[in-house]
Amino acid sequence: MNLLLSAIIFVPWAGALLLLLLKNAGARTTRGLALLFSLSTLVLGLLSLGSFEPARAGLQLVENRDWISSLHVHYHLGLDGLSLLLVLLTGIVGPAALAAGSGNVRDHRLYAALFLLLQGAALGVFLAQDFFLWFVFWELSLVPAYFLIRLWGGPDATRAAYQFVIYTIGGSAFMLLGFAAIYAAVGTLDFVELAQLGAAGTLAKALGGLATFVFVGVFLGLAVKVPLFPFHTWLPAAYAEAPTGASMFLTGVMSKMGVYGFLRILWPLFPAQLHAAAPCLIWLALAGVVFGAFAAMKQTDLKRMVAYSSVNHVSYCLLALFAVSASALGAGAPASPSALSGALLQMFNHGLSAAALFFCVGILETRSGGQRGLNDFGGVRTAAPVFAGLCGIALFSSLGLPGLNGFVGEFLIFRGVFGLAPAVGALATLGLLATAIFLLTFYQRVFHGPTTARTAGFRDLTAGELASLAPLIGLMFLFGVLPQILAGLFNPLVTAWTTLP
Amino acid sequence: MTLSVQSVWLIPALPLLAAAIGALTPRGGRKLAAGCAIAAMSVAFVLSCLALNGALVNPAQHAVFNFVWFDLGHRTVDLGLLLDPLTALMLVMVTFVGTLIFIFSLGYMKEDANFTRFFCFLSLFAAAMLGLLVANSLLLLFVCWELVGLASYLLIGFWFHKPSAAAAAKKAFITTRIGDLGFLLGMLWLYNSTQTLLFYDGGHGCLETGVLAGLTGSTVAGGLALSTAIGLLIFCGAVGKSGQFPLHVWLPDAMEGPTPVSALIHAATMVAAGVFLIARVYPLMAADQLLEHVPVHALTVVAFIGAITALLGAVIAVAQNDIKRILAFSTVSQLGYMMLALGVGAPAAAIFHLLTHAFFKALLFLGAGSVIHAAHHEQDIRRLGGLRLRMRVTFAAFTAGMLALAGFPFVFSGFWSKEGILHAAHEWDVSQLPLYMGLTAVVLTAFYMTRLMAEVFFGHGRSHEAEHAHENPAVMTVPLVLLAICAVVLGFLGTPAWPWLQSVLTGKAIEPHSIFEGGGLMLLSIILVGAGLGLGWAVYGRRLRQKAEAADPLQTAMPGVFAALADRLGFDEFYAATVFRLNAYAAALADFLDRRVWGGLVSFLGSLGEFAGLVNRSVDEDGLNGGFDSFSEGVRGTGQRYSRLQTGEVHGYLRTLAIGFVVLVLIVVLGGVR
Repeated sequence: MNLLLSAIIFVPWAGALLLLLLKNAGARTTRGLALLFSLSTLVLGLLSLGSFEPARAGLQLVENRDWISSLHVHYHLGLDGLSLLLVLLTGIVGPAALAAGSGNVRDHRLYAALFLLLQGAALGVFLAQDFFLWFVFWELSLVPAYFLIRLWGGPDATRAAYQFVIYTIGGSAFMLLGFAAIYAAVGTLDFVELAQLGAAGTLAKALGGLATFVFVGVFLGLAVKVPLFPFHTWLPAAYAEAPTGASMFLTGVMSKMGVYGFLRILWPLFPAQLHAAAPCLIWLALAGVVFGAFAAMKQTDLKRMVAYSSVNHVSYCLLALFAVSASALGAGAPASPSALSGALLQMFNHGLSAAALFFCVGILETRSGGQRGLNDFGGVRTAAPVFAGLCGIALFSSLGLPGLNGFVGEFLIFRGVFGLAPAVGALATLGLLATAIFLLTFYQRVFHGPTTARTAGFRDLTAGELASLAPLIGLMFLFGVLPQILAGLFNPLVTAWTTLP
Repeated sequence: MTLSVQSVWLIPALPLLAAAIGALTPRGGRKLAAGCAIAAMSVAFVLSCLALNGALVNPAQHAVFNFVWFDLGHRTVDLGLLLDPLTALMLVMVTFVGTLIFIFSLGYMKEDANFTRFFCFLSLFAAAMLGLLVANSLLLLFVCWELVGLASYLLIGFWFHKPSAAAAAKKAFITTRIGDLGFLLGMLWLYNSTQTLLFYDGGHGCLETGVLAGLTGSTVAGGLALSTAIGLLIFCGAVGKSGQFPLHVWLPDAMEGPTPVSALIHAATMVAAGVFLIARVYPLMAADQLLEHVPVHALTVVAFIGAITALLGAVIAVAQNDIKRILAFSTVSQLGYMMLALGVGAPAAAIFHLLTHAFFKALLFLGAGSVIHAAHHEQDIRRLGGLRLRMRVTFAAFTAGMLALAGFPFVFSGFWSKEGILHAAHEWDVSQLPLYMGLTAVVLTAFYMTRLMAEVFFGHGRSHEAEHAHENPAVMTVPLVLLAICAVVLGFLGTPAWPWLQSVLTGKAIEPHSIFEGGGLMLLSIILVGAGLGLGWAVYGRRLRQKAEAADPLQTAMPGVFAALADRLGFDEFYAATVFRLNAYAAALADFLDRRVWGGLVSFLGSLGEFAGLVNRSVDEDGLNGGFDSFSEGVRGTGQRYSRLQTGEVHGYLRTLAIGFVVLVLIVVLGGVR
C-alpha cells in the first residue's frame, strides 16, 4: 500500500519531534533541519504529482484502513486536484514562512517545532477523507497556531490568540454536533460515502427535521475559519499580532482550510440546503469583498491592512461557490466551470501573494525596530530598490494585475459570478477598485517620496530574505502567464463537478 | 518579404526580452540596458514593416492565429493573434516613434541615476503596447491594456522621490482603473452572451456577423440593445485610457513623468489605445446602427463624448502656463477628435488622425523636452522665451509640429486628418452639434499653440535658464528632424485625391475625389485656422511678454474666466469633494462597523460558542466513546493549561505538551490500525 500521503502529513511531525528531542543542537543545525522537514512537503507533493493522473477526477493514492472499527471510523487519506493544489501551496508557503521567521526569533527550536506541527496538521486537513480524522487535524492545527501567536506575537498577542482559538473552537463545536447527528443518522463519517448520500438526497432524508440544524452547524464551523463576513473579526487581530512567519502561514494556508471545507464537505453533503441558503449567503460573501477592501483602506497598521485584504480576497472564493450554488442550474450552468476554477485558482494565488505581502511587512518591521504604520516610512525605494521592486510585484499580484497570478483567478470568478448573479458580480467590482486604492496608497506612502531619517539607512534584502521571497515572486509570474500548469491539475475535477448526471 | 501572423508574437516579445534584461542589469550596465532596448525596438520596427507588407496583400482579410491558454471544464480559454492593416499600421507607427523616442532618451536621461531602470520600463511599455495591437482576443487585449497602465504608472512615478510624481502615478492608475471596471464588466457580459472573447474565429468570433446578430437581437433594461450596453461599457475603458471627459483629469498630471515618457505614452501611443480599442471592436459598436427604435446608439454617445472632450481640452489649454500641460490638454482635445470620428462612423478618419497625431505630438513633446533639457528643467512658458535663436533646429522642428497640430492647410498632415474628421461630422445625420464644437476647437487650437510659440521662442529669455539655453546634441535633434519630416509627408497618405489609407483600413477601394470636393467646409476650417493663428499673434506676438511676472493679456481682460480655465474648470476639486469624500466615508463606515458592530455581534457568538463547547464536551462523553474521549482530553487539556502559562516554566511545559500531542496522536493512529 502506498504510504506517500501519510508521509506528507507525518514527516513534518516527525521533524517537530526530532527538534524537541535535540536539546543541545546548535542554532544552525536546528534551522537547517527545520527547513528541510518543512521542504519535505514540497518534495513529497511533487513526488505524488508523479503518480497522480491528472485526467482522473476522483481520489487517488488512497490509503484506507480500519481505525476504530467499533465506530466505523477509517484512516482514510486521498488526493484529488483540489487537495493536491493545497498540498503544493503548503509546500511552497510553509518553508518560505518558516525561513521568514528564522533570523530573529527567540528559542527558534521550539518555534520551528510548533511550526512543523501546524504544517502537518494543515496537510492532514487537506488529505483526510474521513470526518473523524479530518476533525482531529482541524482542531490540532489550532494548538500550535495558538502558541505561535501567543508566545512570539506582538504586544496584544495574548488577547488575539485567545480570541482566535475561542472563535474557531466555538465554530467547530457546532460542526462537531452536526457530525454527531450525521453519524447517528447514517452510521458513516466517510466523506466519499457521505457525498454520495448527499448527492442522492438520502442524507437529508435520513436526518429528517435535523437537516437544517446540522447544515447550519457545519456551516458555522467553516464560516468562522474562512472567515466569512461577519465572522471575520478575530482575523485582523490574529494576523496583525502573529509573528511574520505565522501570519504568512495563517493567511497563506490556514485561511484555505475553511474554503476547502466548503468545497469538500458542505457543498457535496448539503447541496439542497446550500442552494436554499446561497441567495442570502452570497450577499455575505459580497460584503466580505466590499467591506473587507474598504476597511483595509482605513487601516494605518500595514499588517492589519494586509489582513483585511485577505478577508477581501478569500471572500471571492466563497462568492464564486455561493453563486454556483444559488443558480437554478447549479453546477450545470455554463458559467459554473469559470466560477469554480476561479475559486480554486484564487485559493492558490492568494496564498502566494498574501504570504509575500506579510513577508514584506515583516521586513519593514524588523528593519525599523517594530514600526509598521502606513505613515512611518517613506522613500524606502531609494534605499532598498530590490526590496521595493519585489514588494511592488507582490502588491500588483494582490491587486489582480494581468500577467501575474492573481488576475486569472479573479477574472474567472468575475466571469462566473457575473454569469450566475450579474448584480452581485457588478457590485463586487467595487472591491477591485478599493483594493487598487489601498495597495497603491501603501506603496506610495512607504516606498515613494523622499527618504526619512528612519528609512535613510534601510538595508536592502539579505541573501536569505531574497531566497524566501524570490521563489514566491517567480511563481507569481509563472502562474500568471501559464495558468494551465495549475488548471491542468484540477480541471477534470471541475469538469466532474459541473457535469450533471 | 512578409511576416506571417504566426510569427507576429515576435514583435512584442523582443521588447519584453529587452525589459527582462534591463530589469536584471545592475545600475552600472547603462549601455547594455539601453542598447538592448533600442536594438529590440529597431528590429521590431523592421518586423512590423514586414507584417504591414503582408497585411497589404489582402487588406480585407483578418489573418488570425488562435491557441488555447488553459482548460476550463469542457471548454478552453483561448487567446489569439491578429494581423490586419489596422494592426500592422499601428505596429509600424509605435515601433518607429518608439525607436526615435528611445534614442532621444539616451540624451535626455543621460544624467539620471536610474538610467537602466528607465529603459527597462520603456521596453516593458513597448512590449505591452505592441501586445495590445496584435491581440485577437478581448481578454489578451485587456491583459496588455492593464500592463500598459502599469508601465504608465511606473514611468509617471519614475522620479518617485518627488511626492507630486508619486501622487500623479497613483492618480493615473486609479482613474484609468475606474474606466477599466466598465471595460471589465463589458467584457464579462460579452463573454457571457457569446461564450467567446476572440475577435475573429472563422465565423464564431465576437466581431463576426453571426454572433453580432445575437447581440442586437436581445434587449436589456431601458430598451437598449445588448450590443449597445456592452459597447458602452467597453467604451468606459477607452474613456479612462484616452483621457476623455469626464475621466481626463489624470492625463495633465501624468506630465510629472520624464518628457520622453510623455511623448511616447501620454501623447503618441498609450492614450491612443482607447481609440484603437473602439476601432478594433467597431463592428460591435456599430452593430446597433441597424436598429431604429432604441433609446440611444452606442456610437452617438462616443461622438458626443469625443466632441465635448475636443472642446474642453482646447479651452483649458488656453490658460495653462506649463509647456507640457498645454501639450497634455491639447492631447486630450485631439483624442476627442478621434473619438468624434469614431462616433460619427468614420473609423478610418479616426485612425488617420491617430497616426498623424502620433508623429506630430511626439515631435512637439520631444521638442518641449529639448527645450526643458536645454533650460535646466524650466517648464513655465512665462520664464522661457527667445529660444528661436538659441535652438534653431528645435525651433524649426517644433514649428512644423505646431503647424501640423493647428491644421495649417495643405502642407501639414494634421490638416488632412482633421479635415477628414470634420467632413465626417458634417455628414453625420444625427446632429451637427459635434461639428460646431469641433470647429470651435480648431480656432482655439491654433490660438493656444500660437501663444505657446510666442512665449517660448520669441522675445527674450525671461530667466537665467532661458538665457543660457543652447541647442542639444544630435542624439536629441535628429529624432526631432525625422519626426518633423513625418509630420509633413504623412498627410499625403490619406488626402481625398489619394485615399490610400482609407482604402487599406476599410478593405474596400475608395474612389479618389477632387481635393476641393466639399470645399465649403474646408474653406471654413482654413479661415478658422487663420483666425486662430492671427488672433494668437495679435494677443501674444505683437506685444511680447517682457517679464516672467507680468500678467497674461487674457488674464487682464477676463480675470474670472482665465482663473477658472487655469484651474482646469475645477474638475479635480469637484472630484475631491464628491468621489474621494464618498470613498473616504465608505472606508470609515466599513472600519467603524468592523470595530464596533460586528465585533459586538461576534462577542455574542463567542459566548454562544463557549456554551456550545460545554455541550460539545457532554456530547463527547455521553454520546461517543473510544478515540473521541482521548481526543477531547487533548482539546480540553489545552484549555486547562492556558491558566498555568502565567506561572512560568513555559518552555519546559510546552515541550512536554508538544511531545504529548505527537505521541498521543501517533498512539491513536497506530493503535487504531488493525
